[in-house]
Amino acid sequence: MKKEFSPKIISFLCKWCSYTGADLAGINRLQYPIAILPIKVMCSSRIDPVFLIKSYLRGADGVLVGG
Amino acid sequence: MSSKSKSVMIIGAGIAGIQASLDLAEMGIKVHLIEGTSSIGGRMPQLDKTFPTNDCSMCILAPKMSECARHPNIQIHIKTKVESVAGDPGNFIAEIIEEAKYVDAVKCVACGLCEEKCPVKVDDEFDVQLRKRGAISRYFLQSIPSEYTIDKEKCLCLTKGVCRLCEKVCPAEAINFDDKDKRIKLQVGAVIVATGIDAFDPIGFGHFGYKRFKNVVTSLEFERMLSASGPFGGHVVRASDNKEPKSIAFIQCVGSRDESIDRNYCSSACCMFAIKQAIIAKEHMKGLKPALFYMDIRAFGKDFDKYYEQAKGKYGVDFIKSKVSNISETDKGNLKLRYVLENGDIQFKEFDMVILSIGLEPRKNIRELAEKLDIKLNEYGFCRSDAFTPLKTNREGIFVCGASNGPKDIPESVVSASGAVAEATKYLKLERQELQEKKVVEKDVFGERPRVGVFVCHCGINIAGVVDVKDVAENAKNIANVEHSEDLMYACSQDCMNTIKERIEEHNLNRIVVAACTPRTHEPLFRETITEAGLNPYLFEMANIRDQCSWAHMNEPELATEKSKDLVSMGVAKARDLMPLKRLPIDINPKSLVIGGGLAGMTAAQSLAVAGYEVFLIEREKELGGNLQNIYFNFGKDPQKLLRDMIEEISKNKLIHIYKNSEIKKIDGYVGNFTTTFANKGTGKEKQFEHGVVIIATGAEEHKTEEYLYGKSHRIVTLVEFEEMLYEKKFPGRKPKNVVMIQCVGSREEGKMYCSRVCCTKAVKNALELKKIVPKANIYIVNRDVRTYGFREKYYTELRDKGTMFVNYEPENKPQVKFVDESDPDSKINITVFDPIMDKEVVVTADLLVLSVAIDARKENIELGKMLKVPLNEDGMFMEAHVKLRPVDFANDGVFVAGLAHNPKDMDESIMQAKAAASRALTFITKKAILAEGTITEVNEDRCSGCGYCEIICAYKAIEVDKEKEVAVVNEALCKGCGACVASCRCGALDLRGFSNEQLFDSFEALDLVDVLGK
Repeated sequence: MKKEFSPKIISFLCKWCSYTGADLAGINRLQYPIAILPIKVMCSSRIDPVFLIKSYLRGADGVLVGG
Repeated sequence: MSSKSKSVMIIGAGIAGIQASLDLAEMGIKVHLIEGTSSIGGRMPQLDKTFPTNDCSMCILAPKMSECARHPNIQIHIKTKVESVAGDPGNFIAEIIEEAKYVDAVKCVACGLCEEKCPVKVDDEFDVQLRKRGAISRYFLQSIPSEYTIDKEKCLCLTKGVCRLCEKVCPAEAINFDDKDKRIKLQVGAVIVATGIDAFDPIGFGHFGYKRFKNVVTSLEFERMLSASGPFGGHVVRASDNKEPKSIAFIQCVGSRDESIDRNYCSSACCMFAIKQAIIAKEHMKGLKPALFYMDIRAFGKDFDKYYEQAKGKYGVDFIKSKVSNISETDKGNLKLRYVLENGDIQFKEFDMVILSIGLEPRKNIRELAEKLDIKLNEYGFCRSDAFTPLKTNREGIFVCGASNGPKDIPESVVSASGAVAEATKYLKLERQELQEKKVVEKDVFGERPRVGVFVCHCGINIAGVVDVKDVAENAKNIANVEHSEDLMYACSQDCMNTIKERIEEHNLNRIVVAACTPRTHEPLFRETITEAGLNPYLFEMANIRDQCSWAHMNEPELATEKSKDLVSMGVAKARDLMPLKRLPIDINPKSLVIGGGLAGMTAAQSLAVAGYEVFLIEREKELGGNLQNIYFNFGKDPQKLLRDMIEEISKNKLIHIYKNSEIKKIDGYVGNFTTTFANKGTGKEKQFEHGVVIIATGAEEHKTEEYLYGKSHRIVTLVEFEEMLYEKKFPGRKPKNVVMIQCVGSREEGKMYCSRVCCTKAVKNALELKKIVPKANIYIVNRDVRTYGFREKYYTELRDKGTMFVNYEPENKPQVKFVDESDPDSKINITVFDPIMDKEVVVTADLLVLSVAIDARKENIELGKMLKVPLNEDGMFMEAHVKLRPVDFANDGVFVAGLAHNPKDMDESIMQAKAAASRALTFITKKAILAEGTITEVNEDRCSGCGYCEIICAYKAIEVDKEKEVAVVNEALCKGCGACVASCRCGALDLRGFSNEQLFDSFEALDLVDVLGK
């Protein structure tokens, strides 16, 4: 069975702002594509470029860094 | 000495009430936080953004709100009013009435089904009638407490005995129509009034057409329109045709600075509020043309003028100094403004929308409350307080903060709240608190293989209505290391938490994953639960399958279920790698250091001593007093008496050690453990002492100017020199008949774009003093804007009524100063200035020229900032941790700022800020020890090359290279666990505990990515 393409976007979200923002989107029932897979980090400055490369190597279709 | 108590009542849970509650709770005092509506938060949640940083208001407030809700020392009483306060300070008996809520707070899960089904629709107060809500509702989306409540006036069941729909649909069986009002008596030591303000209702202002013309709205309504979580989702449209406006006019001072309606005061915040709205609106709608009609732009706060300049320049906001006399509506719904320019010219201009910048006024019910509390109100109906005791009411033991006693913006409210707390401590028992002992012995899981327990929450139908929860729980059983997996109806309910604890025991689980709402609100609760079962709290991971899954993908249940499985897999993968973390205790030395013995420094030292704590007060000069020594008048109050009384009081207090003529040489250490070396400037003798916190109160200095021939003649003086002349009644030559004052000398210009805040009021004050001595004196105040904010406005009005001329000038066209006889500096002075009212240049021959010179930051700030590792802003003033909500703190714990060192301010404001700094300091020194973060950086010394890159990166100065060992060393007391250093480390020597590379890699490695792609 051929599934419809559904991208996966690994999203590194800062605990203090964008992770909270993603929560707020939910509270507001704002609908967005299923593609976003959130990973909480303490600060967007925690993101090492290696995270992005590893994500792509693993097969992610996109990476979002929110901070 | 009056008796002392361990609890306090705070009336009003806006930002001031919240701040006061948090400060007191941290000092170990039990707080009863009384709120009339059904949520804490006050005005801030209604705001979209805050000036001058354009921070999202709710985003910065929410953490403080949840802290309030979580704090074991704070009890929130919503829908509650105060009936009476009897007894004496230190031992008041307060009676309160808690209204019935008809919803069981323990059972309600805030899913919102009830409101959806509620047949009653009423105007929503929070969204200023722009939206409807049900009779069962919550105040706003992020309400705390989050439970719904029933409006008994509107509910069909409670008014007519029919309906009960909410009861039928509630999945948690939380509705209880038998709920009753409760009358409660509280024993409290002090009361803090923080009831805030109401917004002026412009309905009586017929000429502005409010409610008659659809496209005329108030600034508060416009704020809700701009808000992304507001009734229009942040999309501004005109009510008449649902079209985006192309031009907007803001009309200032609607309900402020207006004697005809008994509002002879300035609301202080509206100028900035309107500028912010103009900027934000422009950002929303690119081609928008905003215009602002004003009398004076009162951008007197920290960094406000920079924001104002930005609005003029970058955003192209048109500022029109004029009075709008009338508005009429065109047939297209546009609004035609008739306005009068300064020179008397009448002009007309059409706009798509008009925003009325409504003023702040006392709460409608403040009179009733004042009677119950037996406190007095001032002439404008705000709570009455005095310039030198700005936080006290007339009744001992009852204090006031926030805008209840006069218009204030957010940071001023926060400052006054912390300040009121310092006042209240006089009647409170502050005992040094021990670190809370652990009740359960922690299991040693080291060396054990991971045994993960997964709990998937239904959250009623909030998750289970979209996600197949059972499938997710079942699926988790197949993940490696998962020993146990089950679904729970409400994971956060008491019985489910007991289940989790039992399962830990039963299956010997050593890592827990809960898939539920969000860690933002519930992680602390679950961590506590597993601690009770003997697990280290850091052996917990949460998968966010509600806020970031079921609620965000409501229409795609299958995909949401798959995503939930992914999120659980990621959670388990990370949990597998989790290690127990320790939070190291940091001992806190209870002594404080106050740097600077001016008004702020002395006040701070006095407040700390009143609370029972020892203080070292260091003053550079030979005498205490700082700038206060040069202030002689304060509208009937005597600043010199204040100075004498203060010096006498702090000199007598044995807890205060005063070192005059002394200079700080070195400050080492961190919160709780500072060591300071200082030297006597005369003898050079050095001394050292240890302390736990530092308050910077180093003040500021008068700007040295060479403008306007200053220094060339004894007839040209600064405002400070003029005040001394008035006090001594000694003038150069005879009593001056013609006096010119020039404002903003060295302020508000290129390179020094800030307002010195006090000079307008000081000029007005001294002009009034001169009028007492020389009633016939002609005074000309040449100004940019007259910034007599708040209740200072009335003195401005008084002076104008006495015939003083106010002449406006632009910085491109400064007044010209010449001696009448150019060869004789003793001769009178000719001041030439363009008068916009006369519409021509005028020449005034003055006996005396007074220059209102700027307040400059001290150069010494730079050195001190380095010693304490705290930053300065571009003007050289100390820069607080957050301009809105942490106005006396720094990012670096244990260091605080007060008075002019922070920014120019008036005496009452310095007093409040000094007390606030003392109060913030007390939240640390009332503890014997605090816990450092568990999530901190660790160093692998074998890998570290000692390059020092991490040291440069760290914003908290928490990592340093050990010069001898040549490796980085983390100061565990200072590290905040952001992980910036880890990402910057080129050797891979650093890692972040709890968010390690391995843990994060494993999180996304757990995803079945290839499969999803259908390959």
